[in-house]
Amino acid sequence: MISLLATLAVAFLMIAGALFSLLAAIGLNRLPDFYTRMHAASKAGTVGSGLLLLAVGLHAADGATFGRSLAGIVFFVLTAPISAHLLARAAHKVGYKLSSVSVRDDMIG
Amino acid sequence: MTPELIVEYASIAAIAILVVALLLTVYRAVIGPTLPDRIVALDMLVGIVIGFIAVIALRTGYTLYIDIAIALGLVGFLATVAFARFVLARGCVGEGEEVEPGPAPGPAQAGPVAKSAAKSAAKAASPKTAKPRKTSKPAASRGKEAK
Repeated sequence: MISLLATLAVAFLMIAGALFSLLAAIGLNRLPDFYTRMHAASKAGTVGSGLLLLAVGLHAADGATFGRSLAGIVFFVLTAPISAHLLARAAHKVGYKLSSVSVRDDMIG
Repeated sequence: MTPELIVEYASIAAIAILVVALLLTVYRAVIGPTLPDRIVALDMLVGIVIGFIAVIALRTGYTLYIDIAIALGLVGFLATVAFARFVLARGCVGEGEEVEPGPAPGPAQAGPVAKSAAKSAAKAASPKTAKPRKTSKPAASRGKEAK
């Protein structure tokens, strides 16, 4: 019973992680400009790979493996906003334009 | 339905979904009109490949793959940071015209402009961050700050 529950949890985590990655890819294609695409890629993409790593850690049922997958998740959650912020700031500084549907730009000036 | 079979089917479904996501991301990386678009797609590609590696580790039972995923994440992060520095150094050369210019910074945006002007003025006060390209901004916005 317990093993069945753990298996269902692992299967759910896997499907959910893959769906989050798919969501990020769809957002990458549908959103209007670079700055909004970055939201999809850095948030949903991080959650997608994080859920998949968590599924591996739960499936192995081993302390070392679970710890390593948790370390991987923490690493991605820490680094994804940093790289997205660096890239957005660099692109805004050199003058890549926002899309025409944007209503305000707090970094002007 | 045994637990092994459930995991088997779920991993096959996850791989199928991840393949679709990978193809969509590659499409964005190919057509992406500007360089930052391609960099974001590359970053996303690394994330999807990490997901692939996780699913393969789960299917085969080789948990050593998790270390490979962590190493790949580190490489992807460093690549994105290096690309961001490259964008900063290269500038915006002959691309970005396909997006119409955003709303002109008019009087409606006086609040945020004044706020960021105060921020950049504070930055310019410290000698380390006073780069040549930044000096024009505080000088231009001093008048707004004074009122």
